[in-house]
Amino acid sequence: MSMTITEKILAAHAGKSGVEPGEILDVKLDVALANDITAPLSLEEFDKVGAKGVFDPEKVVLVLDHFTPNKDIISAENCKTIREFAHKYGITNFYEGGACGIEHALLPEEGLVLPGDVVIGADSHTCTYGALGAFATGVGSTDLTYGMVTGTLWLKVPESIKFVCHGKWQKWVTGKDLILHIIGRIGVEGALYAAMEFHGEAISTLSMDSRFTIANMAIEAGGKNGIFHVDKKTEEFVTGRAKRPYTVFESDKDAKYREVHEIDVGKLELQVSLPFLPSNAKDVREVRNVAIDQSVIGSCTNGRLEDLGIAAEILRGKKVAKHVRCIVIPATPKIYRTALDRGYFEIFLDAGCIISPPTCGPCLGGHMGVLARGERAVSTTNRNFVGRMGHPESEVYLAGAAVAAASAIKGEIAHPEEVL
Amino acid sequence: MILKGRVWKFGDNIDTDIIIPARYLAHTDPKVLGSHCMEPIAPDFHEKVAKGDFIVGGSNFGCGSSREHAPIAILALGIPLVIARSFARIFYRNSFNKGLALLEADIVDRVKDGDQLEIDLLAGGIAGPGIDVVAKPIPPFMIELINEGGLMNYLKRRLEARA
Ligand code: SF4
Repeated sequence: MSMTITEKILAAHAGKSGVEPGEILDVKLDVALANDITAPLSLEEFDKVGAKGVFDPEKVVLVLDHFTPNKDIISAENCKTIREFAHKYGITNFYEGGACGIEHALLPEEGLVLPGDVVIGADSHTCTYGALGAFATGVGSTDLTYGMVTGTLWLKVPESIKFVCHGKWQKWVTGKDLILHIIGRIGVEGALYAAMEFHGEAISTLSMDSRFTIANMAIEAGGKNGIFHVDKKTEEFVTGRAKRPYTVFESDKDAKYREVHEIDVGKLELQVSLPFLPSNAKDVREVRNVAIDQSVIGSCTNGRLEDLGIAAEILRGKKVAKHVRCIVIPATPKIYRTALDRGYFEIFLDAGCIISPPTCGPCLGGHMGVLARGERAVSTTNRNFVGRMGHPESEVYLAGAAVAAASAIKGEIAHPEEVL
Repeated sequence: MILKGRVWKFGDNIDTDIIIPARYLAHTDPKVLGSHCMEPIAPDFHEKVAKGDFIVGGSNFGCGSSREHAPIAILALGIPLVIARSFARIFYRNSFNKGLALLEADIVDRVKDGDQLEIDLLAGGIAGPGIDVVAKPIPPFMIELINEGGLMNYLKRRLEARA
């Protein structure tokens, strides 16, 4: 029976030799994740059902990344509850304070998620880990409680959609532009309930950072998961981080797909998604005279080293426009330190940027850069919904780090060529 | 199970940031969450809606973040059911887990705010002014979950059986 990589991973975790889309499976979990927003509801349920412990203290991961460093009393109380829970049940992978980074950048970096894993997280961008050749999907707090206690969860095998990408990448164009373009093409429910599988030589030449960005936004097309095949770059990334064995799965040549899309990345320009849907993707050159108040370079989508490097390259020796707040948020402490060592911080500070500690912060209108009525931001995050970054009458334009940095300098949405 | 109530109509892609904005997510109290439900696009929704009313939406209802605060906020207002053309998957799971029923039916362009609907939940029947349709059947697995009293009751029984 021929299967896709997603089907094979799910089959292996359900103890079956073959599965088909639509089948409901009881699947064994390798990792169950929650954060400071979703864990509190999960822990309330945990107490209510009278659970005595978690299925495996090393496989439950708790990351306090959203409203931290605690933005107000109620967030502080939530974090305290989670901290006490972590102590009580011996959760070793509990991240807060100086060890904390944005979960979807942190878990792969720490080697907690590996190829062939099944991962559930009470956070919709859990799909990020598909970049490692794992099956990873977002769930709610109640599902997470179930998973955390039993080590299993029911999952429906999704249909798969194949994206074959070829051609040579243009200067500045990254995974963010590809995924915005794809969402623009298929729409915000174009992959509803489906697995998005990425193939082609243009994917092999892509960095791991860019692959994480692409998998991260599968949910923005309605996808259940995004997934990549393991290659040399994946192996290099995992080597030295993995503390347990892992299995590499691969789609069969004659596996069945709901749709196949071909994309020539050579024709792909830098993209911007206009408010209020990630699918409103346009070439940046078509977006004229859009003045901005804020530029955010960070998040689980684009707060990695590749993104900070691109931003530094563009901001070097330049100044952020007077009326613009340019906020740079390295996604994890390691990324933070490496950016510092590479001299990026000096460039950012000289340019007049604000450097934030690792946090979700403004991405969800939490803190560290909330927008006022009528304000507009360009942001490397993943959602531009109504009110996502603050006031319901504010606006978010989604882009990669190159456009966010160039726009910060020009004071309006810009292509790097306009400022270099 | 027969439900009767009024319609509150919303459009396509009603995301979870609309259903409950992130700035309220530190709260877990359903009452607080309910009082901010739909705030970005309908600030007085929580005052106007009555217990037993329904939400009717377009495509991709509940898209966006995994926050379970969304079905909790809707339920806190006494809304037992959302009818939409399609639902985002995490919202779908969360709703059934929390006891908020969902029916997939394309009626949004045929109803207006305040219309009275009569719903036969398990059969999926939806009747109202000029409307008599049958929704896509709720998957048997979800019905089982409803009969179990939600995922947490199922888990509780499993744990008790083990003990
Ligand atoms: S950075 Fe934004 S999208 Fe990513 S986990 Fe944090 S809030 Fe969610």
